Amino acid sequence: MRFKLKKTYMEDIKLFPYKTDMVWYGLLLMLLVFFPLVAGHYWTYNLTLAGIYCIVALGLNILTGYTGQISLGHAAFFAVGAYSVGYLTTILGWSYWIALPLAGFSAAASGLVVAVPALRLSGLYLAIATMGFGFIMEQVIVQWKSVTGGANGLLINRPSVGSWSLSSDSEYYYLVVLMVAVFVLLTKNLTRSPTGRAFVAVRDSEVAAQTMGIPLARVKVQAFAVSAFYTGIAGGLFAPLINFIGPDNFSIVESINFIVMIIVGGLGSIHGSIFGAVFITLLSEFIRVSKDLIPAFLREQVGFQTAVYGLVLMLFILFEPTGIYGRWLKLKYLVQVFPLYRKDTFRRVRRFQRSERTR
Amino acid sequence: MALLEVRGLYKQFGGLKALAGVEFDVEEGQAHAVIGPNGAGKSTLFNCINGICRADRGSIRFKGKDIAGLAPHKIPKIGIARTFQNVELFRNATVLNNILLGRYMHKRTSLLSESLFLPSVKKQELEARRKVEEVMDFLDLQAYRDRMVAELPFGIQKSVELARALALEPELLLLDEPSSGLNPEETQDLCFWIEDIKEELGITILLVEHDMRVVTDVAERATALDFGAVIADGTTEEVQRNPEVIRAFLGEED
Amino acid sequence: MFWQLAISGMALGCVYALIALGFVLIFKATEVINFAQGEFMMLGAFVAFSLLNYGHLPFWMSVVLTLLIMAGFGAVLDRVVMRHLVGEPVFAMVMFTIGLSIFLRSVAGMIWSTDTYTLALPFGNDIVRIGSVALSRGDLLVVGATTLLVALLFLFFRFTDLGIAMQATSQNQFATYLMGINVERVFSITWALSALVAAVAGILLAPILFLHKDMGFIGLKAFPAAVLGGFGSVPGAIVGGLIIGVSENLAGGFLPLWVKDIFAYIVLIAVLIIRPEGIFGIEEKKKV
Repeated sequence: MRFKLKKTYMEDIKLFPYKTDMVWYGLLLMLLVFFPLVAGHYWTYNLTLAGIYCIVALGLNILTGYTGQISLGHAAFFAVGAYSVGYLTTILGWSYWIALPLAGFSAAASGLVVAVPALRLSGLYLAIATMGFGFIMEQVIVQWKSVTGGANGLLINRPSVGSWSLSSDSEYYYLVVLMVAVFVLLTKNLTRSPTGRAFVAVRDSEVAAQTMGIPLARVKVQAFAVSAFYTGIAGGLFAPLINFIGPDNFSIVESINFIVMIIVGGLGSIHGSIFGAVFITLLSEFIRVSKDLIPAFLREQVGFQTAVYGLVLMLFILFEPTGIYGRWLKLKYLVQVFPLYRKDTFRRVRRFQRSERTR
Repeated sequence: MALLEVRGLYKQFGGLKALAGVEFDVEEGQAHAVIGPNGAGKSTLFNCINGICRADRGSIRFKGKDIAGLAPHKIPKIGIARTFQNVELFRNATVLNNILLGRYMHKRTSLLSESLFLPSVKKQELEARRKVEEVMDFLDLQAYRDRMVAELPFGIQKSVELARALALEPELLLLDEPSSGLNPEETQDLCFWIEDIKEELGITILLVEHDMRVVTDVAERATALDFGAVIADGTTEEVQRNPEVIRAFLGEED
Repeated sequence: MFWQLAISGMALGCVYALIALGFVLIFKATEVINFAQGEFMMLGAFVAFSLLNYGHLPFWMSVVLTLLIMAGFGAVLDRVVMRHLVGEPVFAMVMFTIGLSIFLRSVAGMIWSTDTYTLALPFGNDIVRIGSVALSRGDLLVVGATTLLVALLFLFFRFTDLGIAMQATSQNQFATYLMGINVERVFSITWALSALVAAVAGILLAPILFLHKDMGFIGLKAFPAAVLGGFGSVPGAIVGGLIIGVSENLAGGFLPLWVKDIFAYIVLIAVLIIRPEGIFGIEEKKKV
């Protein structure tokens, strides 16, 4: 059992309460830095994509995991970010380094647009409303040809820092890894701040939150804006990665993909967002690697991967709703208290109240 | 001028008159009990003071200012805190975080500065933590500091609810059936705490209560409600001896 | 032109209504939100198609067999899987049924490939004229079949024991248990009924929209219909579906064509902002 005698409050609040964690994360950082040097282009590209999705997952988890606001239309914010960068760099010729933050802010602004009507909605209604918003945004992309190139899509080049071009996969990879680290840090800071706690309060009991003086409207709007900002920046990083974006990249399928990432990874946690994003991005690879276990006729079918994807989602919700991170924590606990582990320690208690709907 | 003045409060839910002209005063520094049979309108009264529901007619004056129309999240800002009968804690947070939320109202940092964890945020966090530890000392909750609220026994949850309200540093504390669900030991502790809150922290207390021993023990004054109307108002002894009150609670003698 | 668009929009509206109906039935009884309702419809259409074209069975026999198969599918799905979802938070249910819809869609793709098929109904394509409005026989069939089905359901709920039991379950599961009714069996029957209604919708829709594994996406329009009608209200689902179908068609005629695709969602958001309970719904608030 890990035990640390804390003598100051700061020891509780600081980023690495346990010194050994710093060692592990340092190792991880080293691995990430040396990765493109040993892996090929294909894996570097995939990990870069996973990194971008990490940022989306962090943002979505802030909104859905922490604040409890379901969003089935997050691809819309992703699109706003991607097309902002596309429009500003390709069509207007601005520098990428100005376009990227603007992408974040315009996504945050659209987050505000969604947030205001969403204030009155919760649960299922919010899910359906955000889904509708996603569909509407898809049409907007197709119709607003002057900005988005319509159904023909938009070509975007990779940026450069001064004379340093970031066009190679490994150079772009480092940019994305840096951004992921930045956003993880921002999120960690948020979770140990009053606003982060307020997010959780709004999720758990709106009535109690109000009684504590927490302004529901303002906090929900903040959650939407922050979440949209993260997703917008991710979109702005996504566009140059794949070089060409079209409305198909931002459909409801993509929105669902984002949610699947945070469910599979673990709702309401930073680790969960990272685990989920990486797992889902590399799922097709996982399937490929385990192909010997799957009979050939099944594997060869078109749509097999999607079937597995759907199955993974269903299985996680049924058997491990706390996601990969939840399972990881349970395993850690098992190891720590061995051999005193009790089988029913994490048994879920089902509640048969209607109150979930009337919250 | 009394700390809280309720005048002519009416609230109707469809055909049901929950409050029918309720009037009473709560004096500063006292503990004032609201008693009455089930369905008398006590929780509705609290909900109206709290801002969760809006009275149809009447006024609620706190320190001279009418608060009847205020949004619920503004109420703690003017100095009124409230606990709930069936605890409304933030179940997926630790005891510490629950109580720390009582300090949200006092924060002066913005979303941006919090994301960057600027020195101002750090200072505020440490200050808030200090205050919360004081409250936890007061209510003996230190052992439960890092426990998830959902796994705690009900009696402890009620203490956490109380601690959360105290962290707001209110002037008036509304306690909604604080002793319900507590065993005799816990109820005894509760009485001591209410006394301490009154004497040491100088907080005025308005409590809805069914347990007459608690009422006799801690409350100087009482108001009795029946079917949404005040049937007795005065010192606790007066009210408890009032024949109308006895009839409402125990029924008529045939 | 207005009436032409309005009346011909009724046919699609009926399909929306049927999907929304199936969805609301499940929701009322089990409080499970079924995002896979569109996929049930798609499966129903494909099963009918297979029986007709591969099994070479006569039309009416295929239809009846499809309904039986789909009802069985719904019941089995409930017993094996859905039962475990009762009592879970909304978010988990939504995502689970979304996962189910993804799974069913890709399995359909594996079985029937990604081609588009046609399912021919044995009623000609002649046009019938009522006043200045021209309707195809198919449209009339859809409206007629829907009306018949809704009437049957109404009678079922009102006058049969099972129907009344289902109503009871949807209002208060616990009390229904206490009345000695096997609530779990009612659940299975509700799912079976809902899948059956979806299959009918699929068979009726196939001539209009063609068979494809992605045809279930149209089922997502059941949500605006159910919300518009008032969530959890059976007549609301039907009325909502009809309104969406008609107004969508009208929008396509009078507004730029691209608005038609998203019109249902614009209506949805408008309803949620102005009156979230919909037409027949009741507002629910948490009591503290």
